[in-house]
Amino acid sequence: MSISWLDDFRQHAKTQFEQTGFPSNRLEDWRYTNVSAMAKKEFPLATMASSPVFEGSKGGSAFHFVLVDGFFNAELSNLPKTITVCSINDAIKNHADLLQSKFNQAITQTHGFIDFNTANFTDGLFIHIAENGVLDKPLQIIHVATQAAILPTRHVVILEKNAKATLIETFSSSENNAYLTNSVAEIFVGENADLTVYKVQQESETAYHFGGNYVQQADNARFTHHNFALGSVLARTDIVCDLATAAECELNGLYLGSQKQHLDNFTRIKHLQPNGISREFYKGILNDRARGVFQGRIVVAEDAQRTDSKMNNRNLLLSNEAEIDTKPQLEIYADDVKCAHGVTIGQLDEKSIFYLQSRGIDEATAKHILTFAFANEMVDKIAIPSLRESVFNLLLTQFPEGAER
Amino acid sequence: MLKIKDLTVNVGTKEILKGLNLEVKAGEIHAIMGPNGAGKSTLSHVLSGKSGYEVTGGSITYNDKDLLEMPAEIRAREGVFLAFQYPVEIAGVTNVYLLKAALNAVRKHKGLSEVDAMDFLTLVKAKTKALDMDEKFLYRAVNEGFSGGEKKRNEILQMAMLEPQLCILDETDSGLDIDALRIVADGVNALRSGKRAFIMVTHYQRLLDYIKPDFVHVLADGKIVKSGGAELALEIEEKGYGWLEQA
Repeated sequence: MSISWLDDFRQHAKTQFEQTGFPSNRLEDWRYTNVSAMAKKEFPLATMASSPVFEGSKGGSAFHFVLVDGFFNAELSNLPKTITVCSINDAIKNHADLLQSKFNQAITQTHGFIDFNTANFTDGLFIHIAENGVLDKPLQIIHVATQAAILPTRHVVILEKNAKATLIETFSSSENNAYLTNSVAEIFVGENADLTVYKVQQESETAYHFGGNYVQQADNARFTHHNFALGSVLARTDIVCDLATAAECELNGLYLGSQKQHLDNFTRIKHLQPNGISREFYKGILNDRARGVFQGRIVVAEDAQRTDSKMNNRNLLLSNEAEIDTKPQLEIYADDVKCAHGVTIGQLDEKSIFYLQSRGIDEATAKHILTFAFANEMVDKIAIPSLRESVFNLLLTQFPEGAER
Repeated sequence: MLKIKDLTVNVGTKEILKGLNLEVKAGEIHAIMGPNGAGKSTLSHVLSGKSGYEVTGGSITYNDKDLLEMPAEIRAREGVFLAFQYPVEIAGVTNVYLLKAALNAVRKHKGLSEVDAMDFLTLVKAKTKALDMDEKFLYRAVNEGFSGGEKKRNEILQMAMLEPQLCILDETDSGLDIDALRIVADGVNALRSGKRAFIMVTHYQRLLDYIKPDFVHVLADGKIVKSGGAELALEIEEKGYGWLEQA
């Protein structure tokens, strides 16, 4: 079935992509991340898997929306009954007017990954929470990759006035395959609505990952994002938020790279109207020859008086060959604002290592304990106990004896 | 237990300890006093295995083993404990986790099994109470945001948990008000035993009012220039260090 409005978007994006391809690192926002090796892999587009090897968990603490190789799998999923949640392909049929009114509207600036996604997305999540609606349990979007392919998924998330929800988005693979995740979410947080998103990226070590959240926040809307970038050989996350009057945005992140991993975190918070608040706190730990990128841009438009914004990026380099490129940027066009930003790059504190050694703890364990503690500050911010525990345990596998199980 | 012979130590190109001799037997309490810059802290640090000090001559034997050969953590496991002058704040690591990890490291070294979780908690709570510390301290990050007195009590708590043989107290009285000093001293006195020795490094005599030493040594310009009994500390309190340095 062909839907003409969507076909127009797809066709336009396809043309665009054919002209530009995946982003070149001549582009300012991509200067630290070179995707040409990835582009050369020429992954085929994923097809619907016949028999997924993944077993859904129907635990009671969260709803599940399972995407296997980019296709919604209803059997493995467990969706809320009282809230509109379906695959985007269902929404194209059943919620056409609403979807059409929002589709592509949160994306103010495009690039090759987004164009590719718009042209080719196979499936994704559609969620619409009506005015005053509350999603009473977190909804976990579970991406599972089984194919050596490109897996483009598109989500549209709409919270009307006063609505409240928590989403968890996890990325992992059943095989140790090379593949490319390409996930784009358009998010509309209505007036005084409140959305929290947790992203846990633990793709296979040879996988490539692009995941972007493009967020429109209405007056007094709150958006909180926690980004755990753990897996993949090359990963890029975009978090782009546009804030109306008195909207609040909190972005937390932890990127943890080892071997030859490359983890790029691009964020842009745009205060368009007065009285907005934004808080951004990203931490990076880079070992071996890993490379981390933090780009944090805060834009305060001329009308956005009394904006209150803070950004902090702290990095721990555990090896001489590890690298971090960090670029906090403030672009301020209003005159009555409070904006602060800070960046630190350092190694583990020798005094702390010696203190632990002087208590009988060997140097290697002392380093694990201190590294774990550095990372755990971000894990502690997870409000869902079961999720906090699972991320905590993921960290422990990297830093055994870093903490007590 | 401890024999320091003709110890010379450089920091960078500067000689700080210039032939120090000291012998400490089990059950004894030694006070090392001296003016600023005499090398007191250097001695504590060299005993505990801190890096940045170059031993250029002499020897330190501890329980008939070469102490200088041991990395810091092995010294700790063998029973050497340094109570820091400036305890380090470690964000994100709880006191209780440090105590447990340290205790288990020491136990493992001795060939003992890991401490049972319940036994550990009972033990640590009792020791915490004995030092007049709130149990909440156990679950706070190590020394983070602690007052001077709280940090020093925390050092003594670690000492009480690890039950070392040789305790080195580096300027433990500095930054303590009289109430905190009394609590710390009570904690130390409770640990006195015939099997355990203490070296108290201090600038002032004040601490020695509460923890009575068997021997007092004056360290000046990298050497022990005078040794005596507890009464020597009183003499120093009265006359200062000047008369000794000239001697």
